[in-house]
Amino acid sequence: MRSSAMRDLMEITARPEVISLAGGLPDTSTFPPESFAAQMTRIAQESSAEALQYGPTEGFARTKDVICEVMGAEGMHPEVEDVLVTTGGQQALDLVAKTLLDPGDVVVAEGPTYPGAVPVFCSYEADTRQVSIDAEGMRIDALLETLDALEREGRRPKFIYSVPTFQNPGGVTMSLQRRRRLVEIARERELLILEDNPYGMLRYEGDPLPSLYALDGGDYVLYTGTFSKILSPGIRVGWLCAPPPVMEKVVLGKQAADLCTSTLTQYFVGEFFAEGRWREYIADVAAIYRQRRDAMLDALERFFPEEATWSRPQGGLFVWATLPDYIDTTDLLAKALRENVAFVPGEAAFVGGLGKTSMRLNFSAQTEDEIREGVRRIGRVIGEQLDLYRTITGEHRIPPAAPEAGPAGDVLPLRRAGRRRT
Amino acid sequence: MRVAVIKGGRSLERAVSLRSGARVEDALGGLGHEAIPLDAGEDLVRTLKQRRPDVAFIALHGPGGEDGTVQELLEILRIPYTGPGVAACMRSMDKVATKSILREAGIPTPDWVAFNATAFRELGAADALEEIEGGLGFPLVVKPASQGSSLGVRFAAAREEVPEALVAAFSYDDRVLLERHVAGRELAVSLIAGEPLPTVEAVPREADQFNYEARYEIGRTSYSCPAELGAEEGNVREVASATWRALGCEGFARVDVMLGAEGPQVLEVNAIPGLTDTSLLPMACEAAGIGFESFVERAIELARARPRGQPSAVPAPPPPHP
Repeated sequence: MRSSAMRDLMEITARPEVISLAGGLPDTSTFPPESFAAQMTRIAQESSAEALQYGPTEGFARTKDVICEVMGAEGMHPEVEDVLVTTGGQQALDLVAKTLLDPGDVVVAEGPTYPGAVPVFCSYEADTRQVSIDAEGMRIDALLETLDALEREGRRPKFIYSVPTFQNPGGVTMSLQRRRRLVEIARERELLILEDNPYGMLRYEGDPLPSLYALDGGDYVLYTGTFSKILSPGIRVGWLCAPPPVMEKVVLGKQAADLCTSTLTQYFVGEFFAEGRWREYIADVAAIYRQRRDAMLDALERFFPEEATWSRPQGGLFVWATLPDYIDTTDLLAKALRENVAFVPGEAAFVGGLGKTSMRLNFSAQTEDEIREGVRRIGRVIGEQLDLYRTITGEHRIPPAAPEAGPAGDVLPLRRAGRRRT
Repeated sequence: MRVAVIKGGRSLERAVSLRSGARVEDALGGLGHEAIPLDAGEDLVRTLKQRRPDVAFIALHGPGGEDGTVQELLEILRIPYTGPGVAACMRSMDKVATKSILREAGIPTPDWVAFNATAFRELGAADALEEIEGGLGFPLVVKPASQGSSLGVRFAAAREEVPEALVAAFSYDDRVLLERHVAGRELAVSLIAGEPLPTVEAVPREADQFNYEARYEIGRTSYSCPAELGAEEGNVREVASATWRALGCEGFARVDVMLGAEGPQVLEVNAIPGLTDTSLLPMACEAAGIGFESFVERAIELARARPRGQPSAVPAPPPPHP
């Protein structure tokens, strides 16, 4: 019931009156409609028949060149034949799971992990083991413990799934030391890693770190990227980089799944990148998201109770907040929806019922004002539940609200003064 | 016939309601009626006035649709509708009201205590928890007063689990009840025009006996219908019928019953039970040899056959349980 209850609740978050901090949506209103019109017109005039036709399963050479250019900007230099164009990054994840997993096989993932990966692993009946994270990303000591425990059972993971940069939903970035160590472990133990990097280019502060793929050179690390967050999720174009033995099987899987990724949108990708302004566009988007992140962090500081903790992402789209252990965030979502605000309950990021006291908050899809208002409303419902709990447990008795208490947001006895989190 | 199918709405059970509504629309198509699908929103009354359906099939679940609100509007518009009337909906949506009426009518229901959040915030109700827990015993069940599904329902096996369960239940409603847990067989009796259909039994896995959440997960609970009740069969049907009469139900409804050592006890009444492929009322219909289309046709006949009261003829809710 819990997970289906959550799905039912998530369906309500799409109502127009709801300030949704739930989705992982980029703000597509930042893309200039006139550019879109010009690019699509050019495609219609110059390549209509080809753009409306099937394409190669591996994707167009032009798309793969663009992918190599984008990966080059992040310090990776794959061979063109190691690249498969996929229908969004989600398909890359699905194809790798389909290719590598038999029912009962072990996958190791971060805990929390990308909520969209949970149904993938579940649908291939994987035995998903989650390794906790801290401010430096996946905890290597916990990973080693998990691997050793598996070894004692005579089992090995089919692959380790990681979002090392601006992790979804954790908002943390794996440190360089841990990246090196993770790649080393993969080599020593001959384990595959699937690195998922949708947000790497959306960095708002700090210096970029080398990807796992770059550190490893593409031997043990499979890599998936996407145009969803740097151009558009609606075009459904992503990619997978994998060494030839894996790639051969994945291509067969892709053929079975959908023959090829949309040719029309691959043409659009080609046109957009041919204009040569993609770096500026990403920089513009990143500047907007940086301000929204700051608005969210300020609002959290102001409106969330001091019992709450949260991540401070250097990039990406998400903040992960954790509440005291007597607050279940799925129940809290029901209450929040009455205030027309939504978030993703933490249990969506776990396979086995953990994460119930956490929530994922997105800051890319709403304006700064909406973010502030949304966080204020969530802070208020949390505050009400905390006070209720304290009252019930007798931890303290709160005086009834004064009759002429100011605006609703000021009723909460939140401690706001000068707190700082890192 | 032109049949408005009112579904969706703003309740937390929106998703289930959309599935119930879609199934009713399919059935109406099969019956040769014109279905007018209506997602209950701000334009509901305007659309109903424009389209003037012959009858409305209410497939809403939870507050807003199952609590008499939409029924009241349909009374005002003089459009016949399926299921119980305004007052019966109000009485069955609020579990506290339901239980008070049952108790007065001498129908067995587990002991309970109800609170609103104000009692804790302003009247120090927390200080009474010890007495309440002593009276009800453990495990006890904590429920929001008015949620149709099992949303927000928690078991508390020991004292230290009560505050968390209360906080969870208060997420869904400003009023919650603590109820004595009755161990036994979980039964659902669906009724059409007051006649009980074969009883459905939910059979949880042994390991999930006290895990309410697991019980509602697909694949973890199996259902049997008609349930093998032996000598208790008559008692179960009788309490369901008595409940129907006590609440003043009309059309169709579902009564959830726990069959324990002390015989059947009524837990709650669903004025508009789920009508999806996996719902219990359709399961009971099937066991009775009534196809889903026949059920829909019968529900519409009952709606059109019955005289409706004036909108203002809604009785005041019963006094709260002492």
